[in-house]
Amino acid sequence: MESVLGRYRNLIVLVGVLFAQVLGLAVQVKRTTDSEPTRLIRLWAVGMVTPLEKALVWSKTSTANLWHNYFYLRGVRAENRSLKAQIEQMRLEQVRMIQDADQARRLQALLGFKEQFISQTTAAQVIGGSGSDLSRLIYIDKGYGDGVRPDMAVITGDGIVGKVLRADRADRHVAQVLLINDQTSGVGAILEKSRLQGILRGTPSGEVVLEKVMSDETVPVGELVLTSGGDGIFPKGLPVGRVTKVTPGSELFLNIHVHPAADLGKLEEVLVVTKIDERQAEPDQTNAQRAADILAERLPTVPPKPETPAKSATADPAVTKTAATTDSKPNTSAAAAGTTTASPGTAAGVATKKPSAPGVSVTPKPVASGPSALANPVSSNPVSESKPKTASAPVSAVNGTSTPQKTPTAPSTTSVKSSAPGSVESSAPASNAAAKAPPKPIKAAAQPQPQPAVDDTPH
Amino acid sequence: MAITYTSGEQVEVYRFSLPATILIPLTAVFLQAWLPPRFPFFTIFDLPLLVTIGFATARRNPMAGLITGGLIGILQDALTSQPIGLFGISKTVVGFGASSLGIKLDVENAGARFLLTIFFYVVHEVVYFVVARGLVGLRMAWSWPHELISGIANAILGVFVFMLLDRVKQRT
Repeated sequence: MESVLGRYRNLIVLVGVLFAQVLGLAVQVKRTTDSEPTRLIRLWAVGMVTPLEKALVWSKTSTANLWHNYFYLRGVRAENRSLKAQIEQMRLEQVRMIQDADQARRLQALLGFKEQFISQTTAAQVIGGSGSDLSRLIYIDKGYGDGVRPDMAVITGDGIVGKVLRADRADRHVAQVLLINDQTSGVGAILEKSRLQGILRGTPSGEVVLEKVMSDETVPVGELVLTSGGDGIFPKGLPVGRVTKVTPGSELFLNIHVHPAADLGKLEEVLVVTKIDERQAEPDQTNAQRAADILAERLPTVPPKPETPAKSATADPAVTKTAATTDSKPNTSAAAAGTTTASPGTAAGVATKKPSAPGVSVTPKPVASGPSALANPVSSNPVSESKPKTASAPVSAVNGTSTPQKTPTAPSTTSVKSSAPGSVESSAPASNAAAKAPPKPIKAAAQPQPQPAVDDTPH
Repeated sequence: MAITYTSGEQVEVYRFSLPATILIPLTAVFLQAWLPPRFPFFTIFDLPLLVTIGFATARRNPMAGLITGGLIGILQDALTSQPIGLFGISKTVVGFGASSLGIKLDVENAGARFLLTIFFYVVHEVVYFVVARGLVGLRMAWSWPHELISGIANAILGVFVFMLLDRVKQRT
């Protein structure tokens, strides 16, 4: 007996070790639940590997930051200018979208809908992965101590990435994120146009497939896939990817292959959605900002004309006050002047209102101005757009009567989309034009009272 | 060819120092976790497997081989979302097989190591596939071309890894 054991000692040990591991596997498979605490071996492994990963990521990031933020600043000024122009354009877009969103909220409120908002996110860096293409997950440098909890959504600017699988108290600044292309992952998804819902799953080869869509439906290649919100993890409407291939699947369902919007193979920074608010839709009553206001901010200021010593000696307090008033509200008058050249439906009309050249300014003539139009209660009150009379006049003005009055300014790079005649960009400035002090063509149409002598010639 | 049949007395048996025994597998597991997110093609490689084969063939002790393989595999499992034991079982088998084969074969040259690595890579994948599909119930797809290409890629890398291990191994 002893000789047999001695002869087959290695084999017996092998069988024993394998049996123990198989037993361990069976126990894990049977007990796998969401509430299961993390095994100690995982904590140890993560504790051993992640500090070094963090150190490497930190050193790499620090070096890159040092280079990009201190040494390699070539082209930053030009980029800054370009970005500023882009911000201006996007602010206009934003105003239009706010109006649309407000309208949607009003409708949702009428229907009693509840909406979800991503109200808080935490930025995190990817520090490592599982190292196996059979387990697609990543490790991030934010964990329990940073407010990250299991089942939180992880996204990038491009689309969803996955969900937090583990965030333990022991590893306070490390969390495990299961990617959407892992075969154990599942995401509720909806097709953007056809509104067909399905379940997004990963495959062993790392692809993403939308399942449970009936085979009698037509799904075009290239259609956008969004989160449906049905899984309780991802808020509704986040981009998932685009349909790349549609094949018949098992039984009555289609296999819809999806190319993820986020590049899951090259993730560096991600956002963990740490808070999602759900509230009854309410129309936003506080938002009084209009496209006209945005445009007004973009127009040139009215600097006070330097007073000559003689004039300052005999300065009329009233005149001084008028000049000050003009200076204090330069944009209002400028906005009106600009709006008169706006042509609804064309971007160029709006674009000409932006004298972005530094030398362009609107300078009042203090002496000749008399009672400024800005002192006029009608013209100084932006709410006057509600008056149909004032609103109609500039509309007629912008429809052709004032077109020769285009401001001779430098051509703007702004391209504002205002194709719809009723859109915010076209209608709001038009109404505002009547309210504010306009130049000559508007004077005839909307403001019969004496106009201020505003010199809008570029200096 | 490079593989020669030798008797147990003729083959050299090596050992590794304690720091090398601990740090080399840890480094392999670390690199396996750290590199793929930055270089996605690196998922085709299995550095811990190469280290397991390298240690096992150098030590030529089945007990040491299976234990080393099992520990490295479990450590690798701990970093995945899968149940612990999938890599553990696969690498236990590989560690045992490589050290047992190392007793009988001379695997000191690059050609022998190349072929040995391809063979044990396929063994590793087969064991993993069977366990993952049969015991855990994971959806697995088997592709011979993929496995062979991965095996060759690992074998090429393995030749260099074994050369590095040669530098730290000590003759008993």
